[in-house]
Amino acid sequence: MTAAEVRTVPEQAPLVEMRGINVAFGGVHAVRDVTIDLHPGEVVGLVGGNGAGKSTLMRVLSGAHRADSGEIFINGDSISISNPRDAKANGIETIYQTLALADNLDAPANLFLGRELTNRWGSLDDDAMEDATRKVMGRLNPNFERFTMPVKSLSGGQRQAVAIARAVHFNARILIMDEPTAALGPAETAQVRNLVRQLKTEGIGIFLISHDIHDVYDLADRVSVMYHGRIVDTVSKQDVTTDEILGMIILGKKPGDVTQTELEALELRG
Amino acid sequence: MTDVAGTAPDQVAGQKGGRSIGDLIRATEIDLRLFGMVLALALILIGFGIATGGQFLEPVNLLTLSVQGASVAIIATGMVMVIVSRNIDLSVGSLVGVIGMTYAVLMADVFPKTIGVNQPIGWIIALAIGLGLGAFIGGFQGFIIAYIGVPSFVVTLGGLLGFRGVVWVLSGGTTVAPDDSTFVLIGGGPAGSLGGTMSWIVGIVICVAVVFLLWNSRRQKRKFGFPVRPMWAEVLLGTIGCLFVLGAVWVANSYLWPAGLASQFAKARGITEPPGGLQIQAGIPWPLMIVIGVAIAMTFLATRRRFGRNVFAYGGNPDAAELAGINTRWTIMKTFILMGILCAISAAIASARLNGGTLDLGQGYELYVIAAAVIGGTSFAGGIGTIPGAILGALVMQSLAYGLSFMGFNSPIQNIVVSIVLVVAVGLDSYNKRRGS
Ligand SMILES: Nc1ncnc2c1ncn2[C@@H]1O[C@H](COP(=O)(O)OP(=O)(O)OP(=O)(O)O)[C@@H](O)[C@H]1O
Ligand SMILES: [Mg+2]
Repeated sequence: MTAAEVRTVPEQAPLVEMRGINVAFGGVHAVRDVTIDLHPGEVVGLVGGNGAGKSTLMRVLSGAHRADSGEIFINGDSISISNPRDAKANGIETIYQTLALADNLDAPANLFLGRELTNRWGSLDDDAMEDATRKVMGRLNPNFERFTMPVKSLSGGQRQAVAIARAVHFNARILIMDEPTAALGPAETAQVRNLVRQLKTEGIGIFLISHDIHDVYDLADRVSVMYHGRIVDTVSKQDVTTDEILGMIILGKKPGDVTQTELEALELRG
Repeated sequence: MTDVAGTAPDQVAGQKGGRSIGDLIRATEIDLRLFGMVLALALILIGFGIATGGQFLEPVNLLTLSVQGASVAIIATGMVMVIVSRNIDLSVGSLVGVIGMTYAVLMADVFPKTIGVNQPIGWIIALAIGLGLGAFIGGFQGFIIAYIGVPSFVVTLGGLLGFRGVVWVLSGGTTVAPDDSTFVLIGGGPAGSLGGTMSWIVGIVICVAVVFLLWNSRRQKRKFGFPVRPMWAEVLLGTIGCLFVLGAVWVANSYLWPAGLASQFAKARGITEPPGGLQIQAGIPWPLMIVIGVAIAMTFLATRRRFGRNVFAYGGNPDAAELAGINTRWTIMKTFILMGILCAISAAIASARLNGGTLDLGQGYELYVIAAAVIGGTSFAGGIGTIPGAILGALVMQSLAYGLSFMGFNSPIQNIVVSIVLVVAVGLDSYNKRRGS
């Protein structure tokens, strides 16, 4: 029904396609009939105001929440994702906005949560997990040394680094990053940007949610704008300016549909 | 602990320059909380020792104390897992009652009519049935809690009331006795102990294991190039550990069989008694061996297995555990299955000590077990708790209760003191935590 919105690439099915997704929380219709896709090696920025439904849409793909209706296709095959295990089994890794860390455990335990390394007797191999954690964290936050402390005692940025490390360690095909740099300092943010570019060249598809328009504009190939649960439009980066994206986020209309008065009101506010 | 919140750059604990006592303790990587509890326990024992002119510290009293605490300590290790995963189990006392009565009914009523009295296989069958029953009842409660979503407080409160009723139905309202003559050895006493030689062997095996574990952990850390404890700390830990184990064996072995029992034994075996009677060393009582075994197994499960890791992760952040793909419902159900098995072990000791099943077997255990876990540092907020802490908690409570009864205070007074200790211990802990953060 929304075929016009979907970029048609006849030769190759998209890596991920979510079609006609609806999610309601009681009376709140958080996601309305959303269709979105993602190709290998592509970064799709997902932007929108607070409560627009970005996280909810992505939580459906992560298996954290079941959609009321809609379909998900991976490489053209319809699949059912009913829990996070299903998502991981399909190569979908997620950095949640809430980070989803067990505060009482240390960084290696969090990194390998649910996928612990074991020795030949099936017992936890904490040393091997710490070793692997040191290696991944070295790429993200080289100064990090608190490998044996509960993550509760880490700074916001360090915790975020642990959450990112967890998503990238397991060779995802599809990566969902919900506000990955919200708590990061400039150096760490730069490292995450480099990481995104590098993962892109490895052919990984990335959904990137961010409130930082410049971040999104810098990294994304396409940008999907959400407004009150709907996708306003999905645009290629070269076709729009950051101001036009901002306009879509705030007004919930495509650039062509915006009236002169609305634009002026926006400029007065901005 | 103070450098956690400080502004110092990331640094591995114990690598700082200064050499205060705190730093020295930190270098050994000993858990300060456990260290404090060991000190508290030592103070309690020494305090009662002084108050009773040394009598309290005689081997027979220390052994009785530890055997009395065994039942509570065993269940407390499971309660740690249950509370860590944000649940509670109020049914443990009644579960001990049901399983204890089942043992008694099997051995006093059923076996005599079927396989015969005191058959070597009888006590094994009884024990197996008890363990299976514990796992089943625990699993049943766990299923309702984890899969149907009824709060554990409600389900196990039902268990607390209901299972005590089952005890009455099972027994017809009376005490059922006796147990199998081999089974009663599980309850300890001079005959239910390892004996001198065996005790020394067990002690030496434990020492070798301690040294091996220290060496192996150091070797592993070296292999990955992680920081290790200074050598002096390793040697100190190993020495203290071994001295403690061998000291405990020595205490257990200095308790000799009472003269009457020893001469009975001599007559039964046809040994001619030397003047002054046969001197038989009792050694480590079986209940204590079982506690040691359970403590090791549960510590292993809690810290070295996926199951334990998942329990702690769930307790720290249920959403994170779920999002990480952990099968959280099955994990919760397993904690209750484990609890049922531990109750069956505990029931075997309790019922063997009485040589039968009584209607009130295990009554009030739930409160002592929860208190032991909480005194031992398990937090109701979830995600925090240790097995050794719970065992120390049980020992602290039992030492207080036994010490007070030794000095002639009756059980209401013991309850008052234990309750004060419970609240003070938890209060101190929360105070420390608030100051630390
Ligand atoms: N678990 C929930 N229960 C009820 N309502 C929810 C729940 N999660 C989200 N919502 C509602 O759904 C809507 C969309 O929320 P969502 O978290 O997806 O927004 P978002 O675009 O990620 O916003 P932000 O930029 O603030 O992260 C909001 O109105 C929110 O209140
Ligand atoms: Mg969000």
